[in-house]
Amino acid sequence: MNEPIVEARNVSKTLGTGAAKVKALKHIDLSLEGGKLTVLMGPSGSGKTTLLSVLGCMLAPSEGTVRICGSSTDGASRERLAKIRRDHIGFVFQSFHLFPTLTAAENIRLALDVRGERGARARTRAREVLTRVGLPHKIKAFPRDLSGGEQQRVAIGRAIVAEPSVILADEPTAALDGENGQAVMGILSAIAKEQNRAVLVVTHDTRLIGFADRILRIEDGALQPEEPNRSNVYQIRSSA
Amino acid sequence: MSLVFTLASRNLFQDRLRFVATLIGIVFSVVLVMVQMGLYFGFGRMVTTMIDHAPADLWIVAKGAKSFEDLSLLDMQTRDKVLTINGVAGVTPVVIGFADWRLPEGSMTPVFVVGSDLKDDGLKPWHLVAGSLQALTPPGAVAVDRTYFDRLGVSGVGSTAEIRGHQVKVAAVTDGIRSFTTTPYVFTNLDYAGAYIGLPANKVSHFLVRLKPGADLDHVRQEIQSAVSGVQVLTPDQFKQKSRNYWLFGTGAGMALFAGALLGVIVGTVIVAQTLYSSTKDHLYEFATLRAIGCSNRYIYTVIILQALLNAVIGFLLAAIIGFAVVEFTARSALPIVISNDLMFGLFGLTVVMCIASALVAITRVVRTDPVMVMSR
Ligand SMILES: Nc1ncnc2c1ncn2[C@@H]1O[C@H](COP(=O)(O)OP(=O)(O)OP(=O)(O)O)[C@@H](O)[C@H]1O
Ligand SMILES: [Mg+2]
Repeated sequence: MNEPIVEARNVSKTLGTGAAKVKALKHIDLSLEGGKLTVLMGPSGSGKTTLLSVLGCMLAPSEGTVRICGSSTDGASRERLAKIRRDHIGFVFQSFHLFPTLTAAENIRLALDVRGERGARARTRAREVLTRVGLPHKIKAFPRDLSGGEQQRVAIGRAIVAEPSVILADEPTAALDGENGQAVMGILSAIAKEQNRAVLVVTHDTRLIGFADRILRIEDGALQPEEPNRSNVYQIRSSA
Repeated sequence: MSLVFTLASRNLFQDRLRFVATLIGIVFSVVLVMVQMGLYFGFGRMVTTMIDHAPADLWIVAKGAKSFEDLSLLDMQTRDKVLTINGVAGVTPVVIGFADWRLPEGSMTPVFVVGSDLKDDGLKPWHLVAGSLQALTPPGAVAVDRTYFDRLGVSGVGSTAEIRGHQVKVAAVTDGIRSFTTTPYVFTNLDYAGAYIGLPANKVSHFLVRLKPGADLDHVRQEIQSAVSGVQVLTPDQFKQKSRNYWLFGTGAGMALFAGALLGVIVGTVIVAQTLYSSTKDHLYEFATLRAIGCSNRYIYTVIILQALLNAVIGFLLAAIIGFAVVEFTARSALPIVISNDLMFGLFGLTVVMCIASALVAITRVVRTDPVMVMSR
């Protein structure tokens, strides 16, 4: 059987202090495998972003363990967590968080640069990825000259260029119109399949469910029992 | 090339106004430090100018004398005693002192008379631009600097004036022998100097001692010291050091200059720290994003420190240009600002340290940033 890339066991997370204390995650058990795009849905405030932050090693769980590619994040220092993110995780944020002073190609190359990959190969690689997300003509464009959809595609490029095992995207289509949303989901889904990555996407948009291999629902910090998606998950499961 | 440099330079140049403010801060501070230290070294050089130009292996000065300008007196007979000491080739007296110079039209101005043997081994005027040393032999012949022509009411060789009722005549003119006390120097022959200053007979100010070739300087120095009481026997370097100590620290002038320089450093550091901090705060989401995508702290520190270094290098270059202009401008003034290569290197080091210290303040802000903030916006 496929070893899960991300594994959460009995994860709980309490946020805030004193009267503002919120149990944002309650006893979450979850595994993400390569080759699948998982969609995480749930009402506002249900804990989606918190779950993504914990799985992405940006927040330490209050209880339970998170394992990335087999290694536990228990008690890891901030620097060690940064290294785990660097080695294994690609992020796509709702508000893109591109660097305004860097061009599209440089924004993508940045993900290689922080990993110490520089020079001509990094440049070529950034250009390939820009082509992969459909923006080969925007190499020298700055974020301010790109549309929201284009910016999010650059952000996806940044998330995938270093070939992480898992890609976590928090409402990557929320700031985009329907057409751009479809395009972005299409790219994420293709990356999961072609490169055997685990992709987890938070979305509110039910029109995007068609891209999902698996759908998770979270309510009030707790994952709901899964129902097989009508799409291809069922066939993959039954043929295995 | 790493994107660290790209990020740092674009962060810096993107906000022009802040960048200009930072540079003004650095330039102001570095120029202030440069001028203060330049004055310090200029003053330090100026107070030893007579010692620098005296042909002496050793100086004999009065016991309590702290500088060349000290007016304590020595007995002329000391000379004969010193001449008997093995290794001594010659002993030349020097007399110094203040005198009133009466201008041809009758008004008076103080001058500082330096009298010595002008034929061979004395403290002779230098940088002659008119007249000659030979012309200073007759009674009443003096050398003055052309900077002080107006003050002394003379116009060149041949002009006359009066000191203590003695008629004097300008027989040589120097260029650039300026006094930090602003009292003009008047060089004259030893034989008449005493009368101008009003010295008792057989009294002099200092002795210049020349040694025979191969004589042991330290040995001779001790011999003289034990043979003559009530004097100090100093090498030129020791005497210069003593003079500098007296004028720079005995009078507090040096401390004032250092305090000014310190102020410059503090002001510069505060300005750079302030602008770098606010720049870092403006780019906090970017630093948090860097952290979120897994970049190491070192990478982030490098970006901030590079920003600081770019500030330092550009600011220093501008300050250096202004510094050279100041040096040019003051070169012919009473107190030239002296900026040596060592001082330049030191200042560059100081600028870098100042900027990096400022960067540390910004770094503490970034260290406190939690990358998870990028998830919730
Ligand atoms: N820093 C915090 N301190 C206290 N409570 C917090 C903090 N961050 C989030 N919460 C709370 O935790 C719960 C889960 O928040 P989270 O952001 O994960 O929800 P979400 O599902 O992503 O919502 P949305 O769809 O609006 O983005 C919410 O009740 C929220 O108010
Ligand atoms: Mg959210």
